[in-house]
Amino acid sequence: MLRIVFHRLLQTLVVVFALVSFTFVAVRLVPGNPFVSDKALPEHLKATAEKTFGLDGTWGEQYVIWWRSVLTKGDFGPSTSLFGRSVNEIIVQSFPTSLLLGLVAMTIALLIGIPSGVLAALRKNSMIDYGSMVFAMAGICIPGFVLGPLLQLWLARNSTFFNVAGWESPADILLPAITLGVGVAAYVARLTRGGMLDILSQDFIRTARAKGVPTFTILRRHALRPALLPTVTFLGPAFAAIITGSFVVETIFMVPGMGQHFVTAVTSKDYFLLQAMVLFYGLLIGGANFLVDVAQAAMNPRLRDAN
Amino acid sequence: MPASLPTNLEKGTSLWKDAWHRLFQNKLAVLGLFTVLFIFAACFIGGPVMHGMDIDPNKQNLANKFAGPSGDHLLGTDQLGRDFLLRILDGGQISLLIALLATLATVTIGIIYGGIAGYVGGRLGNTMMRIVDGLLAMPFLIVVILFREITKPRIELIGQFLIDEWEWNRDLVLRFSNILPLLVAIAAFGWLTMARIVRTQTASLAQQEFVEAARSLGISHTRILFRHIVPNMLGPIIIYATLTIPSFILYEATLSFLGLGIEPPNSSWGTLIKEGANYLETKTAMILFPSIIFSLTLFAFNFLGDGLRDALDPKAAKD
Repeated sequence: MLRIVFHRLLQTLVVVFALVSFTFVAVRLVPGNPFVSDKALPEHLKATAEKTFGLDGTWGEQYVIWWRSVLTKGDFGPSTSLFGRSVNEIIVQSFPTSLLLGLVAMTIALLIGIPSGVLAALRKNSMIDYGSMVFAMAGICIPGFVLGPLLQLWLARNSTFFNVAGWESPADILLPAITLGVGVAAYVARLTRGGMLDILSQDFIRTARAKGVPTFTILRRHALRPALLPTVTFLGPAFAAIITGSFVVETIFMVPGMGQHFVTAVTSKDYFLLQAMVLFYGLLIGGANFLVDVAQAAMNPRLRDAN
Repeated sequence: MPASLPTNLEKGTSLWKDAWHRLFQNKLAVLGLFTVLFIFAACFIGGPVMHGMDIDPNKQNLANKFAGPSGDHLLGTDQLGRDFLLRILDGGQISLLIALLATLATVTIGIIYGGIAGYVGGRLGNTMMRIVDGLLAMPFLIVVILFREITKPRIELIGQFLIDEWEWNRDLVLRFSNILPLLVAIAAFGWLTMARIVRTQTASLAQQEFVEAARSLGISHTRILFRHIVPNMLGPIIIYATLTIPSFILYEATLSFLGLGIEPPNSSWGTLIKEGANYLETKTAMILFPSIIFSLTLFAFNFLGDGLRDALDPKAAKD
């Protein structure tokens, strides 16, 4: 078990390191400069700007300097597009917003997805089953950038409770979180149903039924834990989906979170901001995948006891 | 020699005939298949026909902007007075083209890479799959966005060269040099799952007797792999490819919506939805029509894909 944990941790770090290095090279391979978009900067101004931001060395030098600054001082450098602000400041300001949005979205996804998946499996081929599977298919085929504007139109436009966009009252979190969560809920419902059907057809459940154990007790004591394994596996990718989904949802609902910054960092070639955000996202997603693996090993005795 | 053979032998059916039969039993899958065919016909035949009828999607008519549906314009006109139906059909061509070509590319790369990794096996095969695992662990949308940023200026340079030096058709080159970066970026990271599927299948097929027989006949490895092993896993490949198309349509639209995909003057379903979102309150049809056809396409492909999975792989079929 400990060996698996250590191995996975190492793997995660290697992937994140490769991802950040790719980003580092990628932003520098794009022509133009990170200071003024769409315009060629006069050579002498460009040289001054590069010196100020520490971009006058070779790529290798910049690479070493950046990592050293990140690892020793926790300093991600200045933003080149939002003048006068440091990358640390931007992330500290916008991350809590995105984190809150993501957590609420994930909660919504699990609260909708797991019960509807379980119910669908228990009442296989009933109206409940078809209903929740149609809902799940809709969640996959109606993505955030379609659902978001529709919610704005139908729920927010004529309502005093919801605002169309913005981030002022506590209710403002609901529409973006629903938009973000529904797609994930769809996959969770499908996976939970699949896992549940798998387990319900097994011998030990039939034995329990034959002994006259009530359905709810069978679920709680025997079926739920193994049936949720595929769903737990999916939580890692789900986490990544919520992060990349936030790019779209934060744009639609004007949420002042990290997702918006990511898109502008790409379009304005903000070297330091982009590197920091990819590192940050990479660690978050890698960390989530790692936790999922550990949780899975803990839930599944066959994995837990392997070496 | 047997004295007499029974004459009332059941006529055997092939796997494919059987699967075809099962597919047509599945109403949702059939509906999906016909919807897909209809949307393709509308975009790739209906669009050109409308062009032939002298309706130009780029011809602006500001006197007639935001017109409602009428005989002249079946779905009305957009913010610049352009025929909206034709814009949706033209946008569909780009969306579908990107998804189809990217799927074709990922299937090809996936078969070659996964096939080699599975057939060769050993340390090389393992290393090849380690690389795939590592790339799969990276967030897809982020790496695609970054990769597109790198390829875009280079593809535009090549396009300019083709126009200036080789005098290729300017409009055609510009159209493709706008589509290509996104297509290349999606394909560059989209083949990983395909490679995994192919590797698993190849590794198990390579152990079977017919491969051993082929080997003892002295058939070359390349030929064994691509003529004997790969045809035996067409089922999973077709299923996965069918389900890949809608996911690529979705990625294209997401990126275009963020302004990191198809750019004006070209349009795709993603850019149309993005434009429509600007007129959400004043002219709802602008976002509604492209959203409907976009989601309809995703539904159709997903139902078809699920149906194909049930038909081709009855054992894995979910109940």
